[in-house]
Amino acid sequence: MTEKVPPPDQTVMELGSACQKEIARIFGKSLAIRMVDAGSCNGCELEMHALNNGFYDIERFGIHFVASPRHADLLLVTGPVARHMQAALKGTYDATPNPKLVIAMGDCGADGGEFGVSYASCGAVANVIPVDAVIRGCPPTPLQLMQGILELLRGR
Amino acid sequence: MISHADLGWQSLSPDIDSLVRLFRDAGIPTEVHNTLQGRAKLVTIDPGFWGKAAAVAAANRIRWCAVWGEHCPPQIHIFAALAGRDGHLLLETMVADRQAELPSQTPFFPAANRPERYLQDMFGVRFFDHPDKRRWIRHQAWQEGQYPLLKTFSLAGSPEDMTPPDCLYPFVPVEGEGVYEIPVGPVHAGIIEPGHFRFQAMGEDILSLEEHLGYVHKGIEKCAEGRDVRGLARLAGRVSGDSTVAHTWAACQACEAAVGITLPRRALAIRAILAERERIANHLGDIGACCNDVGFTFAQAQCSRLRELWQRQNSDVFGHRLLMDVVVPGGVSRDLDARQIEVLNKAIEQLRHELQDLLPLLYEYPSLQDRLRATGVLSLKKARSLGVLGFLARASGECWDLRRDAPYGPYDDMVITVPHTLEGDASGRLRIRGDEILVSLDLLEEMLKKLPSGEVRVEFPVVSGDCRGIGLVEGWRGEILAYVHLDAAGAVSRYFPRDPSWLNWPALEAMIEGVIVPDFPLCNKSVNGSYSGHDL
Repeated sequence: MTEKVPPPDQTVMELGSACQKEIARIFGKSLAIRMVDAGSCNGCELEMHALNNGFYDIERFGIHFVASPRHADLLLVTGPVARHMQAALKGTYDATPNPKLVIAMGDCGADGGEFGVSYASCGAVANVIPVDAVIRGCPPTPLQLMQGILELLRGR
Repeated sequence: MISHADLGWQSLSPDIDSLVRLFRDAGIPTEVHNTLQGRAKLVTIDPGFWGKAAAVAAANRIRWCAVWGEHCPPQIHIFAALAGRDGHLLLETMVADRQAELPSQTPFFPAANRPERYLQDMFGVRFFDHPDKRRWIRHQAWQEGQYPLLKTFSLAGSPEDMTPPDCLYPFVPVEGEGVYEIPVGPVHAGIIEPGHFRFQAMGEDILSLEEHLGYVHKGIEKCAEGRDVRGLARLAGRVSGDSTVAHTWAACQACEAAVGITLPRRALAIRAILAERERIANHLGDIGACCNDVGFTFAQAQCSRLRELWQRQNSDVFGHRLLMDVVVPGGVSRDLDARQIEVLNKAIEQLRHELQDLLPLLYEYPSLQDRLRATGVLSLKKARSLGVLGFLARASGECWDLRRDAPYGPYDDMVITVPHTLEGDASGRLRIRGDEILVSLDLLEEMLKKLPSGEVRVEFPVVSGDCRGIGLVEGWRGEILAYVHLDAAGAVSRYFPRDPSWLNWPALEAMIEGVIVPDFPLCNKSVNGSYSGHDL
């Protein structure tokens, strides 16, 4: 039941190692991410999950998802912000200790995407909480996510 | 004791023509119409008979599928979809938009409970005889007495800068010494969509679970109004991202039926190839995740590896890892060449080979099965009364599958095997999903082998007049229904997608009584309702 180990994926290794270096510089050893789905279609979440599969395995680069905003360095927020999630997103942001970073993930998080601003949607994540970086895509691929996290860290 | 005849229950339900006769025999005047196109028959009845029609249908083993409304001032048209042995019947009635009232169908079909409350919140329809008058989808984003799906309500609405949290939803309390309450969500601990679960527990035992959904309501139906069919297809692909193929297909099927175009067989085959690939990807991911929820991480590692390979192939061959926007009105946006067919075939062979080792191991591994067996049991009786769909229903012995029972191209000339079991527990659900992957692999192989020649897309015609259509597709979660009304200019005046999660979420509440708190994540994952597809 053990398959042959494939050769290491150079793109993932380079991106991951670069992230690791920046994380060491800014946070010490690791980057803890709390994800918040504020109204997504669940497409972004599927690709977030993929970051944990054996091909990306981002935990080896010091990046991991945590259960509570109290433990988080970074909020990864998806969706147009549904008005029904506005208070919960704001509450999660307030519960995250400083220094904290926020990424708006996906076209919906960036500008409301297909859903825009309406009676039910606040649109972009930046309309509700301060955003440090945007990773576009519908949904962004795992590699685009890693790239986006790296760019944010490099800019700090 | 459940007999074999119980399993073939749906074959004993009447066909749609007989159901119409049963209505007439019961003294319900019905009028058959051809103003709505698609694989369903439309009859109109007087609103006063709305409840009685449900009573007749329930007494005759009919499955309740959906209820929805459409505001055509000064009236609200209400539709209910019912399924019989050979397909679907749509009931339509009309009520005045001021003081809209209708008898409830919930006393006869518990499945109608939340959908009717959704109508109450979105259209202001009052259902008398409804056992639960509480709001369902409305939290605090709009005021009581405002109804977003009325044409007089603008898409922008008049929201406050800050929508208050919905702290005062009246959950049903449980009282008694030692009973305590566990509130969970809307922000959960894992990478998962938001919703609220309210547990009443005694020690480790869950006495009751109440779901409070609606957190990701983002106005999909209102958003659809005024779009052209291409814009509608893009939106439909984001009703529930994990079911992007199935929802887009259902919406396109409704549009295509409405304007009366027939698709080339090659386009239909490629749609089905996409749909089966979507089914496999989701089943792989969830089988791994279910095992992970009981600490069996080996399965998670293997399944997520297989899922990733599958998604990469989606990207290589169809241009998108989740297959978004490949289904378009009139067909599909991608054709397959001989080399791609070979690549897809090779992947089918490889996955089948890997699963030959993996699935039997998961089905039999004692320390895994010890956690799955007898956990979260949904009885056949309960599954039937709630009208649950898809693998969830099939794991409890209720085996509807539109690909076989109300077939559409290309499934109409294929033999569809529908795995089912009576266990109704988390183990049964895991096995059904594994077996469904194997069936889908066979279907994929067959479709690739017999891929018809020809075009993969026809021009979507200029709409020549007001028209309505229905789409019915078997997604990986179960039956998806889409209703589309196009106006004379070809713009969407109403889109209603009914995700199977509407009928499956209540089953989670039903199966959880007596389950211990630590087994809730497993039960939730083994159902995997869509929050987005439900909340709209």
